Amino acid sequence: MTIQKANAMTLSFRAAVVSILILVLFLGSWHLATSGTGTVQQMDPEYAKLMGLTATQGKSAMPGPLQVGATLWKHITNPFYDNGPNDKGLGIQLAYSIGRVVLGYLLAVIVAIPLGFLIGMSQLMSRALDPFIQVLKPISPLAWMPLALYTIKDSNYSAIFVIFICSVWPMLINTAFGVASVRKEWLNVARTLEVGAFKRAFTVILPAAAPTILTGMRISIGIAWLVIVAAEMLVGGTGIGYFVWNEWNNLSITNVINAILVIGIVGMILDQLLARAAKLVTYPE
Amino acid sequence: MTEKLISIEAIAKRYPAPGGGQTAVFENLWLGINRGEFVCMIGHSGCGKTTVLNILAGLDAPSEGVVIVDNQAIDGPALDRAVIFQSHALLPWRSVLGNVAYAVGARHKDWSKARIKEHAEKFIDLVGLKGSEYKKPSELSGGMKQRVGIARALSLEPKMLLMDEPFSALDALTRGTLQDEVRGICLNTGQTVFMITHDVDEAIYLADKIVLMTNGPEAQIAEIVENPLPKDRERNQIHKHADYYAIRNHLIDFLVSRSRTFKDEMKGKPWDPMNVPLVRPVSETPSAPEPMRKRA
Ligand SMILES: Nc1ncnc2c1ncn2[C@@H]1O[C@H](COP(=O)(O)OP(=O)(O)OP(=O)(O)O)[C@@H](O)[C@H]1O
Ligand SMILES: [Mg+2]
Repeated sequence: MTIQKANAMTLSFRAAVVSILILVLFLGSWHLATSGTGTVQQMDPEYAKLMGLTATQGKSAMPGPLQVGATLWKHITNPFYDNGPNDKGLGIQLAYSIGRVVLGYLLAVIVAIPLGFLIGMSQLMSRALDPFIQVLKPISPLAWMPLALYTIKDSNYSAIFVIFICSVWPMLINTAFGVASVRKEWLNVARTLEVGAFKRAFTVILPAAAPTILTGMRISIGIAWLVIVAAEMLVGGTGIGYFVWNEWNNLSITNVINAILVIGIVGMILDQLLARAAKLVTYPE
Repeated sequence: MTEKLISIEAIAKRYPAPGGGQTAVFENLWLGINRGEFVCMIGHSGCGKTTVLNILAGLDAPSEGVVIVDNQAIDGPALDRAVIFQSHALLPWRSVLGNVAYAVGARHKDWSKARIKEHAEKFIDLVGLKGSEYKKPSELSGGMKQRVGIARALSLEPKMLLMDEPFSALDALTRGTLQDEVRGICLNTGQTVFMITHDVDEAIYLADKIVLMTNGPEAQIAEIVENPLPKDRERNQIHKHADYYAIRNHLIDFLVSRSRTFKDEMKGKPWDPMNVPLVRPVSETPSAPEPMRKRA
């Protein structure tokens, strides 16, 4: 027992060491690749002035890790400044994105879970709704955007709608599957105990299907976070997606890289939250 | 006359046959169970024992016929007919106490939480699981899980206990202990029991009456065997009883050959499914030691 534990400790410790090594290697080669001092090109001094250091001293246009780290520090220390529509802190932009994702996602939960229950419990509804689901599911959520903009006439609500439509399917399908595959003997237990349909749904079907439902919810939050960046690039205004696009237009690659990093971290946090929740409802058989 | 608690009347169960038409698992089946009686059903795999039990439980509906409990035709599962499932069927996300309390709460909707807990604990104690109340089913051994299933059924204090091969998944030692416990509890409370088993010795030890079912399809109840052993029998003493080999041989004989040939046996003879023969196998030479059986 203790030996196994010690082994496990050293394993995670060794893995951490390897992770750090990979990170250092990556940052090191990034640094070397971007700080290169190639030959100074001969050119008209007027033109050289226009081109800046990039061209004249062989410095890469790509920012190095130190530069990115410095701006990241600026963003972290001052995340919520607001200097007008084109210059808002990273924190504010993230808050907009997370807000849209949460709203669209919660709407999807409200629709998908009851509907999934219905589909899972009723063969008739399952068959009747199947063709619609099969056709609607593979549609890229962004394809809905023009239609949403046209009907809703509000870019913010349209983005929320797009999040809703992309997160609804995995939850719906997993809920239906989880509910339909609840072990018959558990339902029989409830039946022999004369438990009413409503109570049965909450005390047997829901806990039995919860791990499958949570898996669907976890897939959904991942997709929602992928889609919000693209959606905000399209509709503009606010949000981390808009931030990326705006900084690209400003040619600030440093900020783009910062945003990419932050998008990754927030996505990981969202995923881990759902993973925790899934762990809470998982039961060993 | 003892009072009939359960009366199975002319039930049939048919399934659509693969090539069209229907196959009958059984047709026109009649069986009565008296109050306080322990009835075992024996028959080969697939003859329809579980189907009969599910119909009794109300989990399955017969294609024809009715089941009458306490002078009322049943139309579904009810709390007064508790089922002990072969696969224990515990809810894995609930603790031992949670599983039993779920049943108690379903039976006594007006009880307080404390009262439900107290009642559940009494039955957990009864099956010898004190100290494991807060364990999850996944933390229990097979025998312990089955005990929880038994506690859950008993906690309902049902009119009738239905058991589908409750001990078949257990090792011999655990099975023996559980048989003793269930027998003790049922005897003390005068519980009416219908139990399916594949184990002849289990049937002889536990049952007052043993229902013999022929092979399917269209299985029949061939006869009902009355257990000649005294009611206060002991597990490791019964084989010394004069009639033990008489009933044992009778049952094994049925399983080995008559379950298959019964229909031929009855050909041409009058057959009344409402009154199947009641047989009481006793030793022909009372209290004589069992003769050595010749090897074939
Ligand atoms: N849903 C179904 N569709 C078609 N046939 C079925 C169905 N359910 C059961 N049967 C048939 O009914 C017959 C009786 O099944 P049952 O489960 O009652 O047998 P059993 O006597 O309990 O067998 P075992 O001892 O193996 O548990 C079997 O031959 C089976 O093939
Ligand atoms: Mg069976």
